[in-house]
Amino acid sequence: MNALTVGEKRTLERKDLAHLLSALRSAGYRVVGPTIRDGAIVYGEIGREEDLPIGWTDRQDAGTYRLERRTDSAVFGFNVGPHSWKKYLFPSRERLWTAHKTGTSFEIAPEPREEVAFAFLGMRACELAGLDVSDRVFDGKVHDPGYHARRTRLLRIAVQCGQAGGTCFCVSMGTGPAVRRGFDLALTEILSPARHYFLVEVGTEAGAAVLVDVPLGPAEGPDTEAANEIVARTAASMGRTLNVDGIHDLLLSNPEHPRWEIVARRCLSCTNCTMVCPTCFCHTTEEVPDLGGDRVERWRRWDSCFNLEFTSLHGSSVRKSGLSRYRQWLTHKLAGWYDQFDTSGCIGCGRCITWCPVGIDITEEVAAIRTVPSKPGAKP
Amino acid sequence: MATRRPPRVAVWKFASCDGCQLTLLDCEDELLAVADAVEIANFREASRAVVEGPYDLSLVEGSITTAEDARRIREVRAQSRFLVTIGACATAGGIQALRNFADVEEYRRVVYARPEYITTLASSTAIREHVAVDFELRGCPIDKSQLLEVISAFLVDRVPNVPTESVCIECKRRGNVCVVVAHGAPCLGPVTQTGCGAICPAFHRGCYGCFGPMDSPNTAALIPLLEHTGMTPAAVRRFFSTFNAAAPAFRAATESVAEASSPP
Ligand code: SF4
Ligand code: SF4
Ligand code: SF4
Repeated sequence: MNALTVGEKRTLERKDLAHLLSALRSAGYRVVGPTIRDGAIVYGEIGREEDLPIGWTDRQDAGTYRLERRTDSAVFGFNVGPHSWKKYLFPSRERLWTAHKTGTSFEIAPEPREEVAFAFLGMRACELAGLDVSDRVFDGKVHDPGYHARRTRLLRIAVQCGQAGGTCFCVSMGTGPAVRRGFDLALTEILSPARHYFLVEVGTEAGAAVLVDVPLGPAEGPDTEAANEIVARTAASMGRTLNVDGIHDLLLSNPEHPRWEIVARRCLSCTNCTMVCPTCFCHTTEEVPDLGGDRVERWRRWDSCFNLEFTSLHGSSVRKSGLSRYRQWLTHKLAGWYDQFDTSGCIGCGRCITWCPVGIDITEEVAAIRTVPSKPGAKP
Repeated sequence: MATRRPPRVAVWKFASCDGCQLTLLDCEDELLAVADAVEIANFREASRAVVEGPYDLSLVEGSITTAEDARRIREVRAQSRFLVTIGACATAGGIQALRNFADVEEYRRVVYARPEYITTLASSTAIREHVAVDFELRGCPIDKSQLLEVISAFLVDRVPNVPTESVCIECKRRGNVCVVVAHGAPCLGPVTQTGCGAICPAFHRGCYGCFGPMDSPNTAALIPLLEHTGMTPAAVRRFFSTFNAAAPAFRAATESVAEASSPP
């Protein structure tokens, strides 16, 4: 029996990881986490520990991703993939309500909300920051009942990154790689020839509760030191950087910068960057009637500022050019969000860089705009 | 309240493979509801019984490849309140529009034993190039739920909700892993209109462009990417030259890749 308090640390041997999984399940959590599918590490159901990408890693660069074997059997030895946790909290398609015809009127039945208790296993530091951003969007001034129902009982099991991905820049965004807050449990995987184990830190009482029957050992000074060293190494090997100094004003004062034209020539307006971004929240709603006209369902689905129809008002789009759509995305993400949500919309995860088919790189675009800012009023 | 006569629907075939009409027949579960809501007045693929026009809604499959069909489509238009074209043949000329870029006379001599029996136009063209079209439903073949959406929108006089965005967005909503980024495979998804549900990438194949160009296709940006995946210029030309070869954006893409570098 472990009766742990918030802030306490323990060690969990690698062979006992399965105990943690079964403790989560017996506590009623639906455990989701990284798993291999179609040549990538995506998020899916974790039934057994073999579902995790043990001994696998990913090699990422702008527009490319490759799954590779590791030389060791690390459990969390990779970075973030094409999925983000938003697919659980803000699903790509969701029915919002159903209306039925009643004589000459109609009745609206709201969508029943079952409160799911998700356990997100393997959240990275940037993803915890992303969750905080999403909370501001869906559970702040605006209250989204579906998001709220799925978020309330969420258990966040963080993992500190043991290596940086090729497109990561969390250090620049101040979101990682160290896991500092917003977690229920935080793991650091420590792998040496002699011992393979995790340092576990308790972040909340809900986190402590699942550890009650999990076999744990004491955490000594050297364990914490080893964990700190791992995170410091990761920070030092970051794939990319983005200078955020005065970024709000920089971007908003450069709407005519010639760089927009250059990036627009490459951009496919395919929406991939916004789909993989953990914080992009744009959506559209649609009414789906049956043929008889007796019943209609309202559905919400992911939409994107890269779509022409997204800003279609009165039959025509407000942002017709690819240039205006790319500029909208970048300036909203890195500047407009501060005004709207008091935070950057970017958490430095690098997904938009990796999963852009043509490899457009947000850090490179900002750097280009920074190098030669246009004179006010100058034409490209 | 006076009972309204159910709208009268006709289905027409021009140069095509019948696949899109079969999509309507394939709506097994929904067909009863469709049959309840409308009077299927003329649908030879399903029934010989024909009710004379005029028709409230005509669904037109196929492209115009003969002088006789060019006359017939004007007749169909004259009898139809709404005319909706269905499928790549009707909306872009279909695979048979490859003739538009070749010598039809030569085909006729080489392919047919008795070429004098064959009367044909030199091109295969979309219906909208001959008559006014109220709505174009893309796909090779069309998607069943989009067809039902078009019919139900028509029944209540609203604009059909048929997105014109890329296949990529649907690919991502579905949770597919991108075949371009993760496997270096060629894919037309970024320039193709959604509608199929991103089926091919879900089975590890790039998109073949069945639904034609999306609303703002940047084919010039995609071509270097296709070449980067190992496609020769000739292969890139072929990639754009299938069911929607004559759709203006795909045709322009084909023509932008230098012919000189394709094999003789
Ligand atoms: S903008 Fe790109 S790097 Fe930033 S959070 Fe979104 S996907 Fe990650
Ligand atoms: S930046 Fe890349 S991923 Fe985003 S819309 Fe443009 S081409 Fe697609
Ligand atoms: S597989 Fe094709 S359709 Fe899917 S996201 Fe990648 S480029 Fe787009």
